[in-house]
Order: sequence, then structure tokens, then C-alpha cells
Amino acid sequence: MIAIRGLSKRFGKNVVLDGLDLTVPKGKNTVVIGGSGTGKSVLIKCAVGLLRPEAGEILIDGQDILRMDERELVGVRRKFGMLFQGAALFDSMDVGDNVAFALRRLKMHPERHIREVVEEKLSMVGLRDIQRLMPAELSGGMKKRVGLARAIASEPDILLYDEPTTGLDPIMADVINDLIISLRESIGVTSITITHDMASAYKIADQIAMLYKGKIIEVGTPEQIRTTSNPVVAQFVQGRAHGPITDESEEFVRFVHR
Amino acid sequence: MTDSGGKNGAARFAERLGERVYAMVLDLGAIFTLFVQVLSWIVRPPSEFRNIVKQMEEVGVRSLPVVLVTAAFTGMVLALQSYSGFQRFGATSFVGSVVALSITRELGPVFAGLMVSGRVGASMAAELGTMKVTEQIDALVTLATNPVKYLVVPRVVAATIVLPILVVFADLLGILGGYFVSVYLLGANPYVYIAKTYQYLEFKDIYTGLIKASVFGMLIALISCHHGFVAQGGAEGVGRATTRAVVASSMIVLISDYFMTSFMF
Ligand SMILES: Nc1ncnc2c1ncn2[C@@H]1O[C@H](COP(=O)(O)OP(=O)(O)O)[C@@H](O)[C@H]1O
Ligand SMILES: [Mg+2]
Repeated sequence: MIAIRGLSKRFGKNVVLDGLDLTVPKGKNTVVIGGSGTGKSVLIKCAVGLLRPEAGEILIDGQDILRMDERELVGVRRKFGMLFQGAALFDSMDVGDNVAFALRRLKMHPERHIREVVEEKLSMVGLRDIQRLMPAELSGGMKKRVGLARAIASEPDILLYDEPTTGLDPIMADVINDLIISLRESIGVTSITITHDMASAYKIADQIAMLYKGKIIEVGTPEQIRTTSNPVVAQFVQGRAHGPITDESEEFVRFVHR
Repeated sequence: MTDSGGKNGAARFAERLGERVYAMVLDLGAIFTLFVQVLSWIVRPPSEFRNIVKQMEEVGVRSLPVVLVTAAFTGMVLALQSYSGFQRFGATSFVGSVVALSITRELGPVFAGLMVSGRVGASMAAELGTMKVTEQIDALVTLATNPVKYLVVPRVVAATIVLPILVVFADLLGILGGYFVSVYLLGANPYVYIAKTYQYLEFKDIYTGLIKASVFGMLIALISCHHGFVAQGGAEGVGRATTRAVVASSMIVLISDYFMTSFMF
């Protein structure tokens, strides 16, 4: 389980997270929704210790990672797998070496078994016979799937997905949705998924949380979020151009044009 | 009226200068921190031996042609210049000594350092900068790998070892270049030329040059990796990082050369 309490993170004067609270139950998929630039990526980067917040606590199975030094963090990070927004494949290595990266660093399998293990991980994301291709030769959807295979290769307990379906066509997006669901069902991983694709959110979520102005303003089941009474959440999930989220910037536009 | 609009030009200039100096001090601090991290990761397992070899190839093989050409022409032009200068007081027999001493002590290491700054510094900053802005460095961290250990240590170690090797070749080619110009173009006596080359050249001239080269290699790699690591803002940011890396490492070659020379001789 991951429990985040009072998390605050700023870059210079730009306050991105402002006392955020979120509980991520074990074995469930928590989806975080929110507009672009609201700090969704910053939130999960804090959770793996890639960014250091100014205040708050992040408890991973009861241990506060913000009190840890870099060496202790290395141990905790082994529980995590992360799929990055742009897949972040190592472009100097072929697909096989990308997926095998953590396996080799952690010496989890003898070298002679690596290819086999990698092929198995790739088959879990529906890919075959592409170990020798370079990342530059892959389509966007394939990159995301290879990124996913790399993230699950070392069998993490917790998976973080940063916009897994953004930029994919609807069919490929649904393939990824099914993968996320099957990973949760087959390996029982705890996961946080970031998205602003509501179709995907409703499909894969056990719980949806909305990030707005540095805080989680509502948490609920997909059904509760769909029928929310909170006007901000309602505007976002229904994708309306007018509402409380955009009113503020409209006031600003009117102010500028005056 | 804004605040800065009220200031005169000199005050604004001083402010800008202050910001620049402040940024430079921060950079130096970060590079020093990186150096300390490199030292602390070098000794920890797993060893990055294969990565180091790969980087040595990258630094060495790729820079060899440009370093050799530069060194040969430096030796050649040195011979030309010192010949026409020394003619004025009938000391042309010393051309060989001047070429050998200048190349081994100064010009071999410095020109190799400058060439490597451009060639290797740029590629290190561009590669690490691209990895930074495409989140590959974050990905390393989530895959149980420290980026300083995996990326910086091999580059710093490789450059520190390879630069002196490059300079050995540069010294040879520089001296050969001087010999060819003197003997075949200016008609110097080859035996006298070789004798003079040996006569004043001491072992110390060569190894101090090689030590300098080693330090240049280490500084170039550290600075270029630093600028790659702090790159921000897409392809444009990578471009800026690359330029900064080349300018800073070329400058540090010349600056550190002065201080090392004043220490060693
Ligand atoms: N490394 C960084 N340095 C400075 N500002 C950053 C950094 N990372 C993110 N930000 C800022 O934090 C805010 C949130 O970014 P992000 O979490 O990427 O948004 P998103 O919700 O779209 O994922 C943005 O305003 C961005 O400019
Ligand atoms: Mg993001």
C-alpha cells in the first residue's frame, strides 16, 4: 500500500503539489486524472524518489521514503516498475537489451537464460521476435509496450504508468488498457495510472482520484466519479469547454483584453 | 516606471555580470559534487569495465584522426616559423629542439585537449542531454541503476586514460611533421636535426605533457557530463547544453594548462 500525506513540491515559485493526500490500496489500480501541467508526472516521480518534495510523507508498506538516504531508496525502488510518458527506451540499445536491463544489473537470471526471459516478458505485452530491433524502428504503440515489458521484467510489486494511452490510436489504447488490467489480475500488482483519457480511466480503474491545483480534490469509484456533484470534476470528466476550470482563465483573458 | 528602468547602464551591467558569476559558481559547485560522486562510485560493484572499454573506443578511435592531423600541422608550422625566426640570428640548428620541446610540453596536450573538447565533449553532452530530456536517465534510476555510476564514471575514466595515449601519438606526429618540413622543404641536415631533437628533450617534458592530458580528459568528461545532466527543454535544450559543454571544456583546458604549467616547471 502507498499512503501519501501532505505532499508539497515546488519548482522555484511554481507550486505544483500543495499538501496532497492520496491512499493507494494494495492490489488495486488507482487512476489519477487531471489537466496537462497539473503535476501528475511530478506526483509519481515523487513516489519513486526521482524528485524530492519539500514536505509531506510517502509511506510504502509503512516506510517513509522521504526519510531515506539514496542507498536505502535503491532498495525501495526495486519494488517499483515505471512506464514513462514517452516510453524512455534507451535508444543506444536494441529492444532485447532494453527489456533485459534491470535483469542484468540485478543479476536476476544467468546470462544464457536472458533471451528466453526477455521473450517471455515481451510476449506478455503481445510482442514477438523484435529483440534485435532498435527503438527508433518501433511505432509509438510498440515503444509503449516495450517500455511496459521493461518495467515488468524485474517483477515489481508496484507499477506506475504515466499516460500509457496518450498519443495512441483507440485500438492500440485499448490493447494497453487490457494489458494493464491483465497485469493486475495475473500478478496482483498495485498500480497508479496517470491519464486524461476518461475512456481508459473508467475501464482500468478501481479508484479514480482527481488532481487539481496541487491537491486531490475527489476520490471515488469510476461510478462515483461519473456521477459526481463536484463541478470541477464534472467539467473534467465530461470534457466541457465551459465550467469552473476554464472560467478562471476566461476571467484572465477578459482582464487582459480590457 | 519599472525598477530596473531607473538604473543606469553600469548598474545593470554589474547586475548581469553578477548573475553570470553566480551561475558559474553554481556550475563549479555542481561539477565538483559530480567529481566526488564519481570517486565514490568508481570503487563500488558492479564494475563498469565493459562500459569503460566501450567509452575508451568512443573517445580514442573517434578522436585519433583529428588529433593526428592537428598535431602534424602544428609541428609543420612550428618548424616553418622557428626556422624563419632563428635565421635572423643564425640559430637554425635549434629548430629541432624548439619543435620537440613545444610539442611535448605544450602544444601536443593542449591541441589534443581542444580537439577532444569539441569532438568528445560535444557528443557526451548531446548524448546525456538527450537521455535527460527523454527521461532515459530517470528510467535508469527506476531500473536499479545509478546514472552517475553507469554514465559518468565510464566516461571520466575512459577520457582520463585515453587522452595521454592520444597525446603520445600527437607528440610523435608533431615531431615528424617538423622534421619533414625542416629536412625536405627547408633543407636542414637530417642528422643534425635528429641530434638536436634528442639533445634537449628530457623525459620530464614528455610525462608532464601526458599528466596534463590526463587532467584535461578528466575535466572535459566531467564538464560535458554535467552539462548533459542539467539539460532541460527538448532538442533546443540539448543544443544549448552541447554548446556550453564545448565552450566550458575548451576554456578549462587553457586555464588548467596555465596553472599546471606554473606548478610543474
Ligand atoms: N524538473 C522540473 N523542473 C522545473 N519544473 C518542472 C519540472 N518538472 C515539472 N515541472 C513543472 O511542474 C508542473 C507539472 O508538470 P507535470 O507533472 O509534468 O504535469 P502533468 O500533469 O502534465 O504530468 C509544470 O508546470 C512543469 O513546468
Ligand atoms: Mg505528465
